[in-house]
Amino acid sequence: MEFLSDIASLTNSTLRISTPLVFAAMAGIFAERSGVIDFSLEGKMLMAAFVAAVGSYFFGNPWVGLLMAIVVCVSLSMLHGFASVTHKGDQVVSCVAINILIIGLTTALAAAWFGQAGLTPTLTDDQRFLEITLPFTDALREIPIIGLIYSDILSGHYIFVYLAYLSVPIVYWIVFKTSFGLRVRAVGENPSAVDTAGINVFAMRYKALAINGVLIAFAGAHLSTAVNANFFREMSAGRGYLALAAMIFGKWHPKTALIACLLFGFTDALQIRLQGVELPTIGTIPVQLIQAVPYILTVVLLAGFVGKAIAPRAIGQPYIKER
Amino acid sequence: MSTTVDKSKVPWWVSNLIVPLVNLTLALLVSALFIFIAGENPYQAIKLIIYGSFGYIEGFAYTLYYTTNFIFTGLAFAVAFHCRLFNIGGEGQAYIGGLGVFLVAINVSFLPVPIVWILSIAGAFIFGAAWAFIPAYLQAKRGSHVVITTIMFNFIASSLMVYLLVDVIRDMKQMGPHTVALPEEMWLPSFKDFAALFGINIRYSPLNASFLLAIAASFFVWYLVWKTKWGYEMRAVGHNTQAAIYAGISPYKNIIIAMLISGGLAGLLSINEVLGVHHKIVSGFPAGYGFTGIAVALMGRNHPIGIFPAAFLFGILYQGGSEVTFDMPNITRYMFVAVQGVIILFSGALENLFRPQIESWFVNKLNKQVEA
Repeated sequence: MEFLSDIASLTNSTLRISTPLVFAAMAGIFAERSGVIDFSLEGKMLMAAFVAAVGSYFFGNPWVGLLMAIVVCVSLSMLHGFASVTHKGDQVVSCVAINILIIGLTTALAAAWFGQAGLTPTLTDDQRFLEITLPFTDALREIPIIGLIYSDILSGHYIFVYLAYLSVPIVYWIVFKTSFGLRVRAVGENPSAVDTAGINVFAMRYKALAINGVLIAFAGAHLSTAVNANFFREMSAGRGYLALAAMIFGKWHPKTALIACLLFGFTDALQIRLQGVELPTIGTIPVQLIQAVPYILTVVLLAGFVGKAIAPRAIGQPYIKER
Repeated sequence: MSTTVDKSKVPWWVSNLIVPLVNLTLALLVSALFIFIAGENPYQAIKLIIYGSFGYIEGFAYTLYYTTNFIFTGLAFAVAFHCRLFNIGGEGQAYIGGLGVFLVAINVSFLPVPIVWILSIAGAFIFGAAWAFIPAYLQAKRGSHVVITTIMFNFIASSLMVYLLVDVIRDMKQMGPHTVALPEEMWLPSFKDFAALFGINIRYSPLNASFLLAIAASFFVWYLVWKTKWGYEMRAVGHNTQAAIYAGISPYKNIIIAMLISGGLAGLLSINEVLGVHHKIVSGFPAGYGFTGIAVALMGRNHPIGIFPAAFLFGILYQGGSEVTFDMPNITRYMFVAVQGVIILFSGALENLFRPQIESWFVNKLNKQVEA
């Protein structure tokens, strides 16, 4: 029985830890399917975490913080679009600029406004999102297997966890089953053909970036107003890049990207478990090595054990309308 | 792009001097706005920056010390960028380069000092290059984007070095995570010694002979990229990979060599930090210099002649910035990280914001002069 409950708690943390990665990967799919590289997921997630924490603190309501995070992230996506779609600047440079700008700005402003070395004040329970206990959790707990799955794995998560997994089929539906999604993908594969068909390439890319901004805001709010009760310096810790690697590994497809995100989440949940544990024959693994595992895994996944990743064809290229 | 300009008619000083200066001015205006939002007076901050970096000799020496670091990391980013590679792993490559310097210096300490220095420089370069090799190989062979792999290698380098500094090469007599100090005769001559020759007394200065190595590295990069066959091939791959392949140039080989040289140059930063300043490996010594190198290279238009003034400007911002953080409680050093981001935005991604307007304005003006 102890083994079963171990599995349950590991699955539970995997779902929680994967949440920001899932949002970020879905955000990345929109940008990159439309032909715009988005390494700035990392920076936007960090900015969302900062804005959500500050907004929730000042207005006493986490929903206001989330809304503000959405507004700011969409604006940052628009900035990325302004530089790389409208002015045809280098997309990677634009992302690197946004990421460095935000690492600096969030910490600098947190220090200036709250004077606590880059921390925002701790949020009280009504200023943040709390875990949701699903109905009948206690009643079902006694039933074997089903009780374990329902009460110990599915119940008791933050709202963002449920929203993240809900977003996957929605993103799949939009990208692959609607005419809007078809246009987004077409703009990323062959913009001149889309232009010939009378669709505005620039507008499509801006729309895709706007959705990208909304989705990534959820990832940041999850970090600072749900799992943690404040913002701290560089709290996104490379998750934006991890999500991007998951998306590439998942070949720009929501379902496979989700699996890659869960793999990252599982490794992370496992590494937290393994810290300081004495393993048979190997002994204690140095904590630094265990902490580096998600990053090593990212490189391994990108190196691609399952064949070369094929990106949308027009990715990274600014569209130049012919006269 | 509302206006198109015949590029050949634009004088070089307009596209390489006026436009970058306009972009820099815009970036500094936005930065001033940030300082205002943080609740301080931007004008006062600028005065403090100028005083801190030029106002007294120790301050100026600090400015040049930071400049040294930024030349190395700026050159590192620029070399890879000419092959269209974004090496944002300068941070990790510099860190591992430090390991190279230390291991070489401690093991060949019986040799004459100048030879120890030369071997240490080689150690820094080789270790830095080695850390760039896997991302380079994966980019060349598997198309794994170097931006992600080099960032991951920064995280991995940091974990590895913390492990080594805590458990393996730590100075066991001390508590902090750093190695034993290198023998004093190996320390690079510092600006303090140099000033003493002229009877000027300075309390302490981190500026050391690495500054000269940075200048030498600038010439090396200029020669390599613009004057050798390999440099030409590398730029060809960066400019148009398909055309390069058609001309018989191997993109794989060039991608890997460009990344190795880039990583090696980033590794040289550790000559300044390990052999010149700390005389041991201290935890986290690259301190963000690797990322600043990106801003330096983009501002300097990826050419050593541009990188030097750009590195100097960031030296001013760093040294003057620390003066600001002393006097203005609301400003932390992170404010200057944000300033770097703004500079990369305006001189990199948004470099074409006003370029067409400025260039056509100058072309029209010059045409009128010719007619008159």
